[in-house]
Amino acid sequence: MGVMLEVQNLNKKFGDIKAVDDLSFTVNEGDVYGFLGQNGAGKSTTIRMLLTLIRPDSGTIKVFGKNLSEQRNEVLRQTGAVVERPDLYKYLSAYDNLSIFAKMSGVKVTRKLIMDQLDMVGLADRSTSKAKTFSQGMKQRLGIAVALVHNPRLIILDEPTNGLDPQGIADMRSLIGNLSNEMGKTVIVSSHLLNEIEQVASRMIIINKGRKIAEGVVAEMLDPAHTIVQLGTTDNVKALSLLLDKFPDFHASLVEDTIMLEMSKSDIPKLISTLSLTGVEILSVQPRHSLENYFLSLTNAENHVEPAAN
Amino acid sequence: MWSLLQIELYKISKRPRTFIAFIAIAAIVFIFQFAFKADGESYMNLMLQSVNDTFEIDKSKAINGYFMCYIILNTLLIQVPILVALVAGDAISGEANMGTLRLLLTKPVSRTQIILVKFLASFIYTVTLLIWMAITALFISLFIFGADDMIIFRVKGDESQILQITQDDIMWRYLAAFCYAAIALTVIAALAMLLSVYAENSIGPIIATVSIVIVCTVISNISVPIIDKNVKPWLFTSYLVGWKGFFYIATNQDGEPIKGSIENWGAIRNSLYILLAHIFILLGITIAVFKRKDILT
Amino acid sequence: MKKIIGIILCLPVVWNAYAQQEISSLVKKAKLKMESVNDYEADGRMRTNVAFLKVPVANVKVYFKKPNKIKVKSEKGISFIPKGAVSINMGSVLTDDQFTIIDAGNDIVNGIKVRVAKLLPVDDNSDVVLSTLYIEEATNLIRRAKTTTRENGSFELEMTYGKFGGFGLPDKIIFSFNTKDYKLPKGVTFDFDDGKSIPPAEKNKSRKGRAEIVFRNYIINKGVNEAVFK
Repeated sequence: MGVMLEVQNLNKKFGDIKAVDDLSFTVNEGDVYGFLGQNGAGKSTTIRMLLTLIRPDSGTIKVFGKNLSEQRNEVLRQTGAVVERPDLYKYLSAYDNLSIFAKMSGVKVTRKLIMDQLDMVGLADRSTSKAKTFSQGMKQRLGIAVALVHNPRLIILDEPTNGLDPQGIADMRSLIGNLSNEMGKTVIVSSHLLNEIEQVASRMIIINKGRKIAEGVVAEMLDPAHTIVQLGTTDNVKALSLLLDKFPDFHASLVEDTIMLEMSKSDIPKLISTLSLTGVEILSVQPRHSLENYFLSLTNAENHVEPAAN
Repeated sequence: MWSLLQIELYKISKRPRTFIAFIAIAAIVFIFQFAFKADGESYMNLMLQSVNDTFEIDKSKAINGYFMCYIILNTLLIQVPILVALVAGDAISGEANMGTLRLLLTKPVSRTQIILVKFLASFIYTVTLLIWMAITALFISLFIFGADDMIIFRVKGDESQILQITQDDIMWRYLAAFCYAAIALTVIAALAMLLSVYAENSIGPIIATVSIVIVCTVISNISVPIIDKNVKPWLFTSYLVGWKGFFYIATNQDGEPIKGSIENWGAIRNSLYILLAHIFILLGITIAVFKRKDILT
Repeated sequence: MKKIIGIILCLPVVWNAYAQQEISSLVKKAKLKMESVNDYEADGRMRTNVAFLKVPVANVKVYFKKPNKIKVKSEKGISFIPKGAVSINMGSVLTDDQFTIIDAGNDIVNGIKVRVAKLLPVDDNSDVVLSTLYIEEATNLIRRAKTTTRENGSFELEMTYGKFGGFGLPDKIIFSFNTKDYKLPKGVTFDFDDGKSIPPAEKNKSRKGRAEIVFRNYIINKGVNEAVFK
């Protein structure tokens, strides 16, 4: 499996606010890659940068091995997206909307192609209806049809279940599964709901305040044996470089003024003794039960993330 | 590019607001035609009030299709910028407001291309409006009022003049005048589009465009020497009525109009240069701003 | 204008070929002579020269019918025909008992020796204050006529004769008159200011207007339809 998307040291500030802070991650071909974070965590900003809607302040984005800033059109020709709400031309029919965006994607539009796409999302019988007459779910499906009409390799869905009823949510999940399993597409799905990501994604990234908290295989990350440890020391910089050197498996990272580690609880004594030997004084060690609990603790205060429905 | 333009024109043609302008023009033209058909002589008497004693003219001949079109354009070309702003001001902001802008910009089409295509579409819309004006104000007026020589009432400096252009010397002037008007109105379209890039709904840029046009028109009409010399030459509104220059026929020493001539082609040419410069500068700024813009809607 | 042109075109008819020493008898003969042309229709080209009026040369038709009906029509297009806003009619000019005729001596018009006759209306309320006729003695043709009116200022006619001189009909008439300033009502035009204004020299030109008619052809005493005078 090759690398489909590679993001390195991406930064974006809006005024004084860092929306995306030194973010790096990799999406492999065939992944359903979950993008998890509370509202305002920087998901949308990142996704918009992947789609060239927002210019990064620094950092590189490579898609299919091509630099996005240099080969924008080549990349976008093979990318389909639904960003937030699936807004379309309200005064045009479903057919017109779809054929306009298909043409813009460089597709040779035939009636059959458009009708097949509408059929796929269950809107064939509403092809002549204006988009303004559609329900939220129908708009979402039309949006998906627009994202897929040019047969892209990479599909980016930003909060695709927002505003959908339970049936719509279920349909969306099965659609994402189909795209990946049957059609071999790479899909990036963002959500502020952990269970949403958990149910569809194979790999995921958790971001908070524009920074990466954790990235990995969903099943492993949500394994209760896997614990997030927050470490406070007198010299975080020295401690971090030491930890990265001695315990690369712990994925040490500096978040604000604490060091975050992904590790088994049983390794904590080994961690403390190693640090003590080097003269770094430990101020606090706080093990979390699991990634899930950690994510919830991040977001519970603002009540943005509902508990996973396990 | 051509297929993008087709898409853009298709979108414009499907919007109800596009047709407001056509209906408005037809309505204004019809009111003029009705009023002049009913009582054009009063207007003529007003215009000729100071010479009615000295000269006799056949007023019913003077109120002909060519004359009507001139009178209508005189009024209409002051209102049309609003109608142009209605579509051009909506070009980007309307998409932002609808939410389609972010979808549009995730397509493999550069932002420069999108601006150029939208600008071109606004230009075509403007030209279509002018063609519609030509049909209603000129050809329908000719049908209703017939054709004859054309009388132009003109204020030149602080003097008034009456010019007469013979029937066979008029049509090319209208063609030139409509082409000029197309360029003048394209400046409005370019301005509205620039403002459209900054806004997230179309009302703002439309109102802003109209306000700028009004303010500049007022400044253009203030007769203060310091403004006359330093400000007016740079205001595009000073040149919006330049189409009339094609009807200011040159005269020989005896004051007799010279067929096929224009009194001051140099002034018209300079006006065209200034208008074209406005278009290129406004369009350039629009592209530069739009290319750097983060799409947050 | 119609009336003026009427005068212009009819006065010469009055004079026959016999020179008259006596001014008042000249006028009397003129009246008799007038009887010889009952009507005519003439083709001409009218050139108008007025500062504010930029109009092309117009092809006009002039119709006359006794005693004093006159009409100038443009054949094609629109023409600005100067009104002779003067209330003289042929009858009153040519009736001895309503005018006092004074011999004003000799003069020269365009190099031609003429006799000058001044006509003063007897009626004190007449609009015409004074008419002056310059008559060439050799041919008995009026070369120039000046009229001063109470209400409408002064105007002047100058006639040149050619092959219709025998009928007393001129080939060319220059009509000079006073014009008012032309002013458009304020605010009705939004004009294109091309940065040029009228040079002061042209502005200060006198407010005199001129209309010149050159006749190509006369059709005399072949009848003119009454309808043209309406």
